[in-house]
Amino acid sequence: MLTYLLKRLTSLVISLLVASLVIFLVVEVAPGDPASFMLGLNAQPDTVAALRSELGLDMPKHARYLGWLSGMVSGDFGMSYTYRTPVAQMISDRLWVSLPLALMALALSTLIAFPAGLFAAARRGSAGDMGVMGATQLGVAIPNFWFAMMLVLVFAINLRWFSAGGFPGWEDPLLALKALTLPAIALALPQAAILTRVMRSALLDILGEDFMRTARAKGLSARQAIWRHGLRNALIPVLTIIGLQFSFLLAGAIIIEQVFFLPGLGRLVFQAITQRDLIVVESVVMLLVFAVIVVNFAVDLAYAVVDPRLRSRR
Amino acid sequence: MSLWRSRNLLLGGGLSLLFVALALISFVWTPYDVEKLNIAAKLKAPGGDYLLGTDHFGRDILSMIMVGARTSIAVALVAVGIGMGAGVPLGLTAAARKGGWLDEVIMRGNDLIFAFPSLVIAILITAIAGPGAINAIIAIGIFNIPVFARLTRGAALSLWEREFILAARVCGKSRTRISMEHILPNLMNLLIVQGTIQFSLGILAEAGLSYVGLGAQPPTPSWGRMLAEAQTMVSFAPHLALVPGLAIMLTVLGLNLMGDGLRDLLDPRIRVVRT
Amino acid sequence: MTGDTLLSVEGLSVAINGKTILDDVSLTLAAGKILALTGESGSGKSMTALAVMGLLPGRARATGAIRLGGTDLLTRTEAQMCDLRGNDIGMIFQEPMTALNPVQTIGDQVAETILIHGAADRQAARIRAAQVLGRVGLPQDRFPLTRYPHELSGGQRQRVVIAMAIALRPKLLIADEPTTALDVTTQAQILDLLQSLVREEGMALLMITHDLAVVSDMADDIAVMQRGKVVETGPTRQLFARMAHPYTRQLFEASGHRVSLPPHPPADRPLLEVQSVSRDYPLPRRLPFMPRQNFRAVNDVSFALMQGDRVGLVGESGCGKSTLTRAILGLEPVQEGRILLDGAPVFAHGHPNLEVRRKMQVVFQDPYGSFNPRHRVGKLITEPFHLLPAQPGASERQDRIAEALTAVGLSPGDADRYIHAFSGGQRQRIAIARALIIRPELIVFDEAVSALDVRVRAQILDLMADLSRQYRLSYLFISHDLSVVRTITDRVLVMRHGRIVEDGPTEQVYTDPQHPYTRQLLDAAPRLPEITPESPHAPA
Repeated sequence: MLTYLLKRLTSLVISLLVASLVIFLVVEVAPGDPASFMLGLNAQPDTVAALRSELGLDMPKHARYLGWLSGMVSGDFGMSYTYRTPVAQMISDRLWVSLPLALMALALSTLIAFPAGLFAAARRGSAGDMGVMGATQLGVAIPNFWFAMMLVLVFAINLRWFSAGGFPGWEDPLLALKALTLPAIALALPQAAILTRVMRSALLDILGEDFMRTARAKGLSARQAIWRHGLRNALIPVLTIIGLQFSFLLAGAIIIEQVFFLPGLGRLVFQAITQRDLIVVESVVMLLVFAVIVVNFAVDLAYAVVDPRLRSRR
Repeated sequence: MSLWRSRNLLLGGGLSLLFVALALISFVWTPYDVEKLNIAAKLKAPGGDYLLGTDHFGRDILSMIMVGARTSIAVALVAVGIGMGAGVPLGLTAAARKGGWLDEVIMRGNDLIFAFPSLVIAILITAIAGPGAINAIIAIGIFNIPVFARLTRGAALSLWEREFILAARVCGKSRTRISMEHILPNLMNLLIVQGTIQFSLGILAEAGLSYVGLGAQPPTPSWGRMLAEAQTMVSFAPHLALVPGLAIMLTVLGLNLMGDGLRDLLDPRIRVVRT
Repeated sequence: MTGDTLLSVEGLSVAINGKTILDDVSLTLAAGKILALTGESGSGKSMTALAVMGLLPGRARATGAIRLGGTDLLTRTEAQMCDLRGNDIGMIFQEPMTALNPVQTIGDQVAETILIHGAADRQAARIRAAQVLGRVGLPQDRFPLTRYPHELSGGQRQRVVIAMAIALRPKLLIADEPTTALDVTTQAQILDLLQSLVREEGMALLMITHDLAVVSDMADDIAVMQRGKVVETGPTRQLFARMAHPYTRQLFEASGHRVSLPPHPPADRPLLEVQSVSRDYPLPRRLPFMPRQNFRAVNDVSFALMQGDRVGLVGESGCGKSTLTRAILGLEPVQEGRILLDGAPVFAHGHPNLEVRRKMQVVFQDPYGSFNPRHRVGKLITEPFHLLPAQPGASERQDRIAEALTAVGLSPGDADRYIHAFSGGQRQRIAIARALIIRPELIVFDEAVSALDVRVRAQILDLMADLSRQYRLSYLFISHDLSVVRTITDRVLVMRHGRIVEDGPTEQVYTDPQHPYTRQLLDAAPRLPEITPESPHAPA
């Protein structure tokens, strides 16, 4: 177990380092001189020079990279050029919208997909199975941001159950959750459709395994065999997909925020792009990539909990 | 194979063909000129002179859908091409060198790309190079590379274990030659099916990117941007949002059904990856 | 220990989608007795067992009667059958590697049989599980309940499966090819265990096997099945003495089939020389960046194969024979020593030597995995032409395809067909044709008959003997099956833990083994009875 953990940790750190290097190269080296890029074509030479020294562009590249890296480790992401405030502060405010949204969607999609997949697999070929599979076929095809617009049309504009957008802040958690409900549903349903299909096919694979027949030979009913032996084994492929889905949910959250005018990371980064605020873009991108890598690390750990073969091997 | 079994293929193939045909026809004919504004005819509901209605500038929605199909299909197709073109050779190479340093480098590289969702890649590119349809192609294309590389490697590895590959090695054939002669042909079905699925995912992704302004720019019509423009008008002109959304949904549905139908036809054991 | 009839199958027929799988099968089995159900693959043996368990596939329709202690199981509801399974009937399967749930401890899995039937509380069930595991030879001090299946060997896992099946002391135990996936010595231990369970616990055992030798000295009765029918049944000795049905006789003769190998030609020069060869595999790193440890799969092996030699290489799984085979074929480099074919190394300067490889071909085990399904037979068997310095022209190519196919008993017209049109035995013939087509000096047969049914196996062995006569073949025959090696080789090497422990003329090794391990292997190998007065081909 310790060996496995150490291996995963090593690869986590290496992935983060390489990813940060890639982002650094793309943002701070590829455009040539970031300072003149950020200030645009009509900038005065002395303004550019001032920004260059403020950003530390006169330092050699490797020193800048190390400085950026050590800054991030200590929570210092630099200053936003446009707003003149610490990027870390801006991001953490916005993160409190995007992250809860992604997590709510993840929870929702898992809560829908597990029973639906189990139901469809247990009744393979029945009308119920066909119904579930037909619904997932539709769910997979619906763009989540369009689905979000339709939800707004029905539940906010016509029924007036929810507000059409905006975010009241976390002072009143219930109001905040209510504001995130429609976005989370819009985000979760298409992912739930995919996860349902994965869950169903993973279970069907397991049903064909020898140990399921052994379980039946012991006297377990078909249903008991699925519950006691099928589910945990089916979890292994399902976990992989959940891990991959998280990055889609995070990206999806950024798009969905636009539908609901939520002040999340999406709004921040799109504004930063138009304002050419590279420092903010770089930090948000790094944060997103960081989240994806860490979630996949967590999935690796979850594998080890589910599958004893991983714990002892390697 | 009964008609019932191949209904997915027929229905999906039919839907996909419809949109491809719309896109192709738009090169020579559209009901109205999509670039001409006609404020007098703005926000007309579907029916009458304008089959699917008009937008706030009086442009014909059907014409915009036809031209928009062009963008969606082109972006998704090229992105699948990039993903296959780079991913399949990488996967074949990694499998042929299983456990070697080349395998390790390719797979770690894949893991790294997987940490960058296509939206993130698009954000990065747009931040330094400005928005455009090319960004969407590159972003989705890069994202497709590890999908095909992993799929190819996994399937190729199980083929490398088969005895007919050992027999070919005993006959002195090089790993590259075996990959081309024995491995790749046996992966074709899998790649066709997964390619269809990635195509449909590409259309979804393109729509998302142009919706947030990272994809095709005006005046190029695109389904995602039509939705972005419709957003503020959804309360009084819902057809502006309904039509492009349904177009995306039906195209993606068609491609997915076609993928499933192809799988049933070619090899029911094929497992596609969908995330 | 004899008793009344426990299980009686009366006129059982099973059809799936209108296709008859079992046709009027009748069997009886008394408590404390062993009934062996034998026949080739597809004869319906396993389906009979599943019918008794009530675990037939969903679309199957069964008619007739299956009486267990008087009640007809076919009339029972699914819920009643669940009560019965594990309680009155236990079952053991062929593949111990996959028969256990990989994510649950063995203790939980054995205890589950007890818990599911409400026979005890959790605490008592675990105590009973520990007892049963001890009973099947997995004592608690070495195999605690907390072990996972992947920590056990195949034989040990099969013991766990047996423990699950007997935890509630069922009256009837069904074993479906319980030792087919195991090595001979492990097989002997499992068979002993099963016999002692019948003797000491008074269970009745329905034993399904394709291997007549396995059951010949443990079954009280034998039923021979062919194409869904029981063609002959009776007490073991009587059945072997009479062999009333021709199929029974065919099976028996094929099982102990001896080929007439042409006399060994005078050896003049060494063909294959294996000189102090060792082969290491790197083990995965224990910790990142730590130096890798190696596992030595082949350890200082030396032998020479003279021209015209027909040498067998036997050993149990994991002994290193596959690794050695790959090294000989030049597929992998060796870490120490060298391998010469006709005086030249098969692997030199980090590359296989094509000049040398031309003189060697191979036939693999799996008739289904040995061919690219997308190529026609003509293209498949000419693949070795790649080794020739100059490709033969079109007409020579046709001639050689025709010649090779004819030599293995197929027709030249088969060259245009795809591989899926052929049966397992025919595919193995095509594999031999592929090996012969460039007239190699040495052929390596890697478990080449292990996946075949006995009658097909006998035909392929005869073909090999014929080809030896015709082409003066030299070959290395790698197998885990001692009886086959005995008939098809002049000399045999016995391998264990990466080393050759015995090397000598085949008959001498079999009649007077020198190494204790060889003796152990020979003792463990099941043998056919020698009482066959009416059979001219009886084993000596």
